[in-house]
Amino acid sequence: MHIPDGYLGPYTYIAFWIIMIPIWYYAGKKVSTELRSRQVPLLALSAAFSFVIMMFNVPIPGGSTGHAVGAAIIGIVLGPWAAVITISVALVLQALMFGDGGITAVAANCFNMGVVMPFVAYYAYKLISGNSEITSPIRIIASAIAGYLSLTMAATFTGIEFGIQPLLHHTAAGVPLYMPYPLSITVPAMVLEHVLGFSILEALITALIFAYIQKTDTTILYGETSEEQKNKMRRAVPIEV
Amino acid sequence: MEKIVRNLAIGLLVLIILAPLGLLAVGETFGEWGPEELQEKLGFVPPGLEQLSGLWNAPMSDYAFPGGGESMTVSAAAYILSGVIGAVVCGGLLYVVGKKVAKN
Repeated sequence: MHIPDGYLGPYTYIAFWIIMIPIWYYAGKKVSTELRSRQVPLLALSAAFSFVIMMFNVPIPGGSTGHAVGAAIIGIVLGPWAAVITISVALVLQALMFGDGGITAVAANCFNMGVVMPFVAYYAYKLISGNSEITSPIRIIASAIAGYLSLTMAATFTGIEFGIQPLLHHTAAGVPLYMPYPLSITVPAMVLEHVLGFSILEALITALIFAYIQKTDTTILYGETSEEQKNKMRRAVPIEV
Repeated sequence: MEKIVRNLAIGLLVLIILAPLGLLAVGETFGEWGPEELQEKLGFVPPGLEQLSGLWNAPMSDYAFPGGGESMTVSAAAYILSGVIGAVVCGGLLYVVGKKVAKN
């Protein structure tokens, strides 16, 4: 899913830089106003986790290899905006230091894995969880579905970005300049290998970590306040008799 | 909170140590072929792709040592080192910046 340099033509990669710069800016502002000191270790750990899980290659039947991203669980635990930051940091380092994903394509990769994924995951999780108790098993299922949908959606976006290249950039004779395969090949290829393989892995990882957090300390979840904070808020409100 | 972070960090460490298992996974990744592979597949290399693909020479390309040996042990060591570098740089950067901007 890490698009290398040369696969996206300038229209596409420049467009993604233009899309990503304000998203990074807003995410940075949002995180710096909302971030609490006790969440910092978790934020740091998330970026490290995302980096490592993306280099963990797994084979699927059919001769393809790929990986999970970890963006779904990060989106659910830290909130989608913090996930934008952590995953982007991991992707930029992978591109610069390890040549995994292109330099020109890094904005597109950050969009697919660092924006589409955590937002799809977070809202899917919220929607399915509804008003269920924070400790409800429904939420584990919700997190698994969120993981599955989010990586599949990111793969779909990647497939579309690949597939529009022959339409956007070709010589007068019709020879493609960048990604040579059309949408009819790229979208099914990207979606199928994820639907049948890597998205299942993302779902498992998301559910596993979610279940662990649910069992130990739900107050670290984005949007959930601890009893201590709730008490503070209660105390802050004048008691009406 | 501290216990969760510690246990998740241990999980991450295990993941880094196991990461070289991924090296056993032989196969191609759709849309990540090098120019040589495309030459084989298509009989030509798209000219724009050929030009852009050499844009950046990463110091540890493909999570391997530059000009490193082909042996499995060396590859595995490079892979683990890459994981450590990634975890330390990403985690360290966000920890330092996070502590600076965080409210108590």
